[in-house]
Amino acid sequence: MIGSLDRSRVFILALLAALALLPILATLGGEEFYIGQFRRILIFAIAAISLDLILGYGGMVSLGHAAFIGVGAYVVGILVHHASEETLFLGILPGTFEPLIAWPAAMLISAALAFVIGLISLRTSGVYFIMITLAFAQMVYYVFVSLRTYGGDDGLRFRGGDTLAGIIDLGDDLTFYYVVFAVLLGVLYLGRRLVRSRFGRVIEGCRENERRMRALGFPSYRYKLAAFTIAGGVAGLAGALFATHESYISPSIMHWTRSGDLIIMVILGGMGTLYGPLVGAIVFMLMEKFLPDYTQHWQIVFGPILVLIVLFAKRGVFGWVLPPRSGGGHG
Amino acid sequence: MRKTMIFAAGAAVLGAALLAGPASAQQGVKIGLITTLSGPQAGIGREIVDGFNLGVKHAGGRLGNLPTEVLVGDDQFRPDVGKSVAERMVQRDRVDIVTGVVFSNIFLALSDTVLKDRRGVFLINSNAAPSELAGKGCDKNFFSVSWQNDNVHEAMGQHMTNAGVKRAYLMAPNYPAGKDALTGVKRYFKGEVVGEVYTQLGQTDYAAELAALRAARPEAVYFFYPGGMGIAFVRQYAQAGLVQQVPLFGPSFSLDQTILPGIGDAAVGVYASTYWSEKLQNPSNEKFVRDFEAEYKRIPSPYAAQSYDSAMLIDASLKQAGGLANKDKFRDAVRAANFTSIRGPFKFNKNHMPIQNYYLTQIAKDPQGRLVMDLKGVIFASHADVYASECKMKW
Amino acid sequence: MPLLLFLEQTLNGLQFGVTLFLMAAGLTLVLGIMNMVNLAHGAFYMLGAYFAATLVPLTGSFFLSVILALLGAAAVGLLTEMVALRTLYSRDHLDQVLATFGLILFFRELVKILWGPIAIFMDVPTLFSGRVEIVPGAPYPVYRLLVLAVGVAVGAFLWWLITRTRLGMLIRAGASNREMVGALGVDIKRLYTLVFALGCALAALAGVMAGPLYVVDIGMGDDILIKTFVVIVIGGIGSVRGAFVAAIIVGMVDTFGRILPSQFGLSATIAELAIYILMAAVLFWKPRGLFPAAG
Repeated sequence: MIGSLDRSRVFILALLAALALLPILATLGGEEFYIGQFRRILIFAIAAISLDLILGYGGMVSLGHAAFIGVGAYVVGILVHHASEETLFLGILPGTFEPLIAWPAAMLISAALAFVIGLISLRTSGVYFIMITLAFAQMVYYVFVSLRTYGGDDGLRFRGGDTLAGIIDLGDDLTFYYVVFAVLLGVLYLGRRLVRSRFGRVIEGCRENERRMRALGFPSYRYKLAAFTIAGGVAGLAGALFATHESYISPSIMHWTRSGDLIIMVILGGMGTLYGPLVGAIVFMLMEKFLPDYTQHWQIVFGPILVLIVLFAKRGVFGWVLPPRSGGGHG
Repeated sequence: MRKTMIFAAGAAVLGAALLAGPASAQQGVKIGLITTLSGPQAGIGREIVDGFNLGVKHAGGRLGNLPTEVLVGDDQFRPDVGKSVAERMVQRDRVDIVTGVVFSNIFLALSDTVLKDRRGVFLINSNAAPSELAGKGCDKNFFSVSWQNDNVHEAMGQHMTNAGVKRAYLMAPNYPAGKDALTGVKRYFKGEVVGEVYTQLGQTDYAAELAALRAARPEAVYFFYPGGMGIAFVRQYAQAGLVQQVPLFGPSFSLDQTILPGIGDAAVGVYASTYWSEKLQNPSNEKFVRDFEAEYKRIPSPYAAQSYDSAMLIDASLKQAGGLANKDKFRDAVRAANFTSIRGPFKFNKNHMPIQNYYLTQIAKDPQGRLVMDLKGVIFASHADVYASECKMKW
Repeated sequence: MPLLLFLEQTLNGLQFGVTLFLMAAGLTLVLGIMNMVNLAHGAFYMLGAYFAATLVPLTGSFFLSVILALLGAAAVGLLTEMVALRTLYSRDHLDQVLATFGLILFFRELVKILWGPIAIFMDVPTLFSGRVEIVPGAPYPVYRLLVLAVGVAVGAFLWWLITRTRLGMLIRAGASNREMVGALGVDIKRLYTLVFALGCALAALAGVMAGPLYVVDIGMGDDILIKTFVVIVIGGIGSVRGAFVAAIIVGMVDTFGRILPSQFGLSATIAELAIYILMAAVLFWKPRGLFPAAG
């Protein structure tokens, strides 16, 4: 039956097509500048999608998600730094310029950190959970601020690490954009498979009513920990892409207010929808870019906009496109 | 159906807005001023913008006698936003010169975007000048019109040695600028360091540290606490009764006009090392201070001063080179630095860092009861930084 | 560590602790009774300081300025509650986090527009600007003793309010079981509004006391907000007693943690992480804090 379900599908296909065509249009229009800008947006979208997994589907409000992006970024930065300086990390490990090694390493280490943090944090719930994730984010942030060797608060600038598998030149704006786009599509696809699987259903069930899930025999703690770990790993991947894109990394990306930005992106776009965060990232970052052009005091406008969104547009932009959920749901 | 149309319309409008970039001025000069205008550090950004605008005004609204456009961008104290703003200004708006970056981390994030652009964009910066670009990383298109990070601290270290201080206690926040600051002090202070304490970045309660400081019995204390940290520290130092017992020394970053109003009278008597004071007596400085106060109703800070100087430098260099058509000629003009700096003698070192005087000041009240950095003398005349030898540029 | 230093640091730790308590008491009540995460609590800390700093030169009296600042902050709190926050009580924590995050941005920018971007000055009242040698050889600022005294007095007041008055009984009941209190015919809306205004006033009081000691600028609420959340999480949400105990503990840990590096040669970073490690450890053993109010 042609109806609301098709509408959301059309919307997504149109959006993805537009994103795929954007670099070509930009080049034709002589405005290559936008390729880099949207590439940054897509990288944050990947991070936002990873957050949606635990926030939208799992109901876990984490104010520490940006820490995983930061750690992933630092893994890449440190590896490239050591490779270009020809020194050893901790005196034993050599660096590498190869993204095919650095990016998976970033994912693994972020996932490992997420596992450890989740292990402790998921024993709590509600506000306690929010606060403990915030505390861990602060800890990671302060550790990196004090790390003199890797720039500390000044950050770490590095050059190199932009040839993928020796053939794909990430230094070229267009090529790198499509690499990021491919990663985004991959994350969306795997994410969709995940949330539609039994695992995804259990996670959603935990958000709705954890006690019932446990009564049904599901070890909710383990499922939530697994989701938290996976989300951390994907955020680490976003961080790795971010580092390669900027050729610079600093602790500011890990500050808890950046986690707040990610949550806004997820809500703005529509949480628990997987595609919503993509829309949310685009809208949020474009707003952040254009509002300051109107007034220096844009935050006095943006703050209330946020409040209004929470009060009235809880389902987000993409949520508006989707048909209303039947029974239960959030917001 | 209606929702789809609304979406399509919205996308079209958005697309049109994005693609409608501004036309670039071919003759004339475009300046990209990227600074921090939001968040707790916004006061510094305001100084940078106001100082630069006053400079343009004094140049008759035309730097180098060319039509001048100044684009102001806010880095929001975030390195990735700063880089994004730099990309927009360099790639889309096609500015000729970038200036105004306050913080080292933002500077490091965007410097490549500016300096590696094929068009050859100059980075004539009015504040941040991290050591990465003073030594091995020096670049022919990058000039610092402010100072090299270590210098102001070195000056106070020298003064403390000159003043015969034997036991000094050093304090700074636990981040690279803090560590660099104390390294700079120790480079020239020849007495004994009885305490070197690094506190948490952003901390405002120093009661614990002051108690430990008192127990160490130093003769003098050197501190580097920018912004709110400095305000809290100096006030608590005074409240603990230490200002009279143990003289306090700091760099102007901790004691300038963006900070003094918040400290109040507790600052009187504290010593500050600086490269510029509102009390420096030369005609161009007196004009600058007078006009700044008239225009903005407050005493300028060193940030405004160095930003003003950068405008004057650009103005003089453009005049000497006859515009930006020949980038090499312009660079030579900048290197020659044939302008009257409001801070006294000014030259560029071979790594494009300033060679200038460093002065000793003491916080006092002026005849109107306002707090100012009272000039006490020259510590270093024409002082250069230590990184110049690592720079491979020759000219 | 010399005894003198130890004693002085104990005083410092207690004083910082009661400042945290003033912030935490209001926040834990709001969270415990209304189940509302209020990230904008730090904004009222900031407003209290800004109001007082502006009023002192105008009225010439520190005491009067404090009262007016508290009333002003409570008024702003009331307005905010009625306009923006009322609908959030029934929403989940995520909505509250976002909405109050938006409020932080709004208030910060508002203060910047009204008072300018650089810090403003607030003086210690002349009556309390001296020093006293409580610990011989270490003159201690009288003002810090005043802060300590105010904090303890407020603590006593809140204890009396909560354990000896009807309002306090309603607050305690509301913290344990919201629905029941409503079912018993109490006007929940008025209770909520009152508690929220009280929370804002307490935060403002903390800001007013802190203003002369530290800095009055738009970033002043940020750091203390996080530490306040650490306190209420350790203490147990909804419990003022928990907030008091936890505030003192955190104040002491933070204060002693900061001088450990110079005394024992430890890395400065460990000190920065001390209170977070403490919180993680407490939550590991007691996931709902030391004195959870409900259940």
